[in-house]
Amino acid sequence: MTNHWVDIKNADLILIMGGNAAEAHPCGFKWVTEAKAHRKAKLVVVDPRFTRSAAVADYYAPLRSGTDIAFLGGVINYLVTHDKILHEYVKPYTNATYLVNPKFSFADGMFSGYDAEHRRYDTETWSYQLDADGYAKIDETMQDPNCVFQLMKKHFSRYTPEMVSRITGTPEKQFLTICEMIATTAVPDRTMTSLYALGWTQHSVGSENIRSMAMIQLLLGNIGVAGGGINALRGHSNVQGITDMCLFGEKLPGYMTLPTEKDPTYGDYVKKWTPKPLRPNQVNYWSNYPKFFVSLMKAWYGKAATKENDFGFDWLPKIEGPSDALAIFERMYQGQITGFFCQGYNPLAAVANKKKVGIALARLKYLVVIDPLATETSEFWKNHGVLNDVDPAAIQTEVFRLPSTLFAEEEGSYTTSSRVIQWHWKAADGPGESKGDVEIVAGIFIKLRKMYAKDGGAYSEPVLQLSWPYHIADQPSSEELAREISGRSLVGDGEQLAGFAQLRDDGSTTCGNWLYSGMWSPAGNLAARRDNSDPSGLGQTLNWGFAWPANRRILYNRASCDLAGRPWDSSRLVIEWNGSKWVGNDIPDMRPDAKPEEMIMPFIMQPEGVGRLFALGQMADGPFPEHYEPFESPLTKNPMHPDNPETKSNPAVRIFMGDLDAFGKPDKFPYVGTTYRLTEHYHYWTKHSKINAILQPEQFVEIGEELAREKGIKSGSQVTVSSNRGFIKAVAVVTKRIKALDVDGRKVHTIGIPIHWGFMGLAKNGYLTNTLTPSVGDATTQTPEFKAFLVNIEKA
Amino acid sequence: MQVTRRQFCKICAAGLGGSSLVMMGYSPGEVLAQTNSFKLTRATETRSTCPYCAVSCGLLIYSMGDKAKNARSEIIHIEGDPDNPVNRGTLCPKGAGLLDMIQSPDRLNYPEVREPGSNAWKRISWDEAFTRIAGHMKADRDTNFVTENSAGLKVNRWPTFGFLASSSSLNEVGYISHKVLRGLGVVTIDTQARI
Repeated sequence: MTNHWVDIKNADLILIMGGNAAEAHPCGFKWVTEAKAHRKAKLVVVDPRFTRSAAVADYYAPLRSGTDIAFLGGVINYLVTHDKILHEYVKPYTNATYLVNPKFSFADGMFSGYDAEHRRYDTETWSYQLDADGYAKIDETMQDPNCVFQLMKKHFSRYTPEMVSRITGTPEKQFLTICEMIATTAVPDRTMTSLYALGWTQHSVGSENIRSMAMIQLLLGNIGVAGGGINALRGHSNVQGITDMCLFGEKLPGYMTLPTEKDPTYGDYVKKWTPKPLRPNQVNYWSNYPKFFVSLMKAWYGKAATKENDFGFDWLPKIEGPSDALAIFERMYQGQITGFFCQGYNPLAAVANKKKVGIALARLKYLVVIDPLATETSEFWKNHGVLNDVDPAAIQTEVFRLPSTLFAEEEGSYTTSSRVIQWHWKAADGPGESKGDVEIVAGIFIKLRKMYAKDGGAYSEPVLQLSWPYHIADQPSSEELAREISGRSLVGDGEQLAGFAQLRDDGSTTCGNWLYSGMWSPAGNLAARRDNSDPSGLGQTLNWGFAWPANRRILYNRASCDLAGRPWDSSRLVIEWNGSKWVGNDIPDMRPDAKPEEMIMPFIMQPEGVGRLFALGQMADGPFPEHYEPFESPLTKNPMHPDNPETKSNPAVRIFMGDLDAFGKPDKFPYVGTTYRLTEHYHYWTKHSKINAILQPEQFVEIGEELAREKGIKSGSQVTVSSNRGFIKAVAVVTKRIKALDVDGRKVHTIGIPIHWGFMGLAKNGYLTNTLTPSVGDATTQTPEFKAFLVNIEKA
Repeated sequence: MQVTRRQFCKICAAGLGGSSLVMMGYSPGEVLAQTNSFKLTRATETRSTCPYCAVSCGLLIYSMGDKAKNARSEIIHIEGDPDNPVNRGTLCPKGAGLLDMIQSPDRLNYPEVREPGSNAWKRISWDEAFTRIAGHMKADRDTNFVTENSAGLKVNRWPTFGFLASSSSLNEVGYISHKVLRGLGVVTIDTQARI
């Protein structure tokens, strides 16, 4: 979230699209209710289903799953053509005025630079025009046909209300009503907040869904302000923290990048990742990259990381190729992986295409599952009848199952969706012989390290040199690790650092994750703070826990003020310039003494300091969002570019050969399947919890009344839902919540598929729903397309 | 952290019982007997965070046992933390059922192995588990570690080992896992956060 849970109460308009906060985040949703009750805010919900969020909305509109960009592109077109834009914000704080490379083009659904063989773009032309000093050229009048504003206007002019309705199935009148409601916030003293979740991410255009909304919020001046922002309602207790720790193949903690084969030396590497400013006088915060990186290497290799050995740069592996779950299981399926760990992760249920995952796991030599619960993954080799029909004798994988503790049985920190790091304490020991995850990882590592120390082996240097300063070697404590993450000085008395501004690239500081620097400051463990006082009334609670970065609660908050440093809305004052410094109700996202006349722009992580309406090369599939059909679509053509089959679906999406054959066609699978979650269940965990298993005991699918009539399906009867990859059987629940939509001249039905059952647990056993889902992901993030695919339904 | 909010209430109630309630005709003995009947007043209170979604609701966990060195605590009740600025004491149907998650009969109690081709789990000790797992890792790493690519560039990676990380583990778990994995040269890493 750019903002935070409590800040939702400061909004005038709340748009829930791509999520269902009332059911998935009930205790966060209370702040929507608060905004409605006390601010007279309006709630708008756009969703394929009439969800419980929709049930309390002021306005609801349906749309076909997988068509959010068409809808949001239509909103951008509406705002631009009706001039519902906060110009005083857009002109200085976004790249609307920037001139784009004249070689950039877009035609028939394709951006310039496409490489059809590799299904990816060369993004060279998705760039600014630069002057002799290397700074981006701008046109203050925004009339140049190559300026971002004009390019954007042209790009989205195709998203007329008629076209939006044709693609999305949202009635035109309803679409326009929502446009009008959104447009009311294009003024300094009204804001909209956007709340989304997996309903936007789990698409082959997931990142561009979110970008579309980011563009809308920039045009409306709703980023950086209280009651505004782009707010990802994240689904796991520490999904934010683990993302920040960057347990991704290609990343290092704090969103740094692991070296690749294109970074032969330390010098090449830091040069590549230390951006040059694209406009004069800008902060360009990533210019501190070497400080973050060297401090990380000091945390990992201690005294062994020296200036002479480039702080151990060569010890880091250089990655080749992708390392997302889809790619990993493809490689495992190809028999290229020997050993595999699942740490609190149940991929047999969670990763696309259950059948493929099961075959892949059977090709491992050994599998280690670390989990508090008996998961499906840990028993992928066991025959559970039709629910997991395998032959154990034929599966040669050696499987270890290690019991770990749950939250209540350990001490440490989680990071909330609001980016607030909160410490929690241990209430009891775990059951039996269970151990904490840290102890398990440390135990295996210590064992392995002893083997290398004794017997030697392949490239043992980094294994032996890894800094391990923990008091009890096989039980590092959460306090020790939190201090290491936050960082300390290596000179003088070695005190904890107050924040990342103190990091150095000369080896005199150590910090495990620059973004978390200051979490354990000289004042102690700030994540454990419990002062909930809120003097501003905005809900900022600056002394509750510690928010990254630097305890800032609203990101980009310099943009809550105009160029002169006056707040757009003094009743929701986040920060302001008082004549000598930035003051207010948050940690300023700006140098504290930066005078407004220095013209330092608010988006300090960008080398040009402004928000990007044009994304340059940061997105894999285009600098502007474009509507592409889901890979399994009920339509045979993309109405935006019907004559180009190459751009029916996202042309920059990676597809593995076998997965291409596994896509279904609408003649056999005529309905849109979309997975979702219930308020009584949490993923595949709570079926192991008795009360939740009682509340929602049995697998079901949800269909509309019209489809039920057509197929002769009675509510409560058994049905079979199939895709080209497999089938599930479940009880049919017939509701008024899912209605057929008129799409491109035809009727499209949607089938809702809750995901919570499996062949383990206390609820009635059911089918893993990823039996149905396709193995294809978003072009930029590879998040799988679980929200829009093709299925058929029959009476069982 | 071990704030005795309920003990505070008890003291207040007792104080009240000794003064105004007596004047109103209630017996202090009866009032005290009633407050004593609450099991939670004898419980240890621990601040925690709900492990489900990222609203990250504050929790109060009540356990029997005083957390002395060799005393085993038993969690008997969980409720929302009214001091938490986000959930303000509330919990959803998932969080409200947390006690059943902690006490689930499907919790794992000891390390197990399923041997190749076998149809059953076998209980093993932690030491055997760590030794066997580390042995597998070393054998594979020593065989398949790549120090240089075909162009002679140092790449120092272990391509045949993979790791999936949870999105529900502690920051500290994520951090140390990342540190150890890179120390071993692992490149095949992903997390639930992607999905």
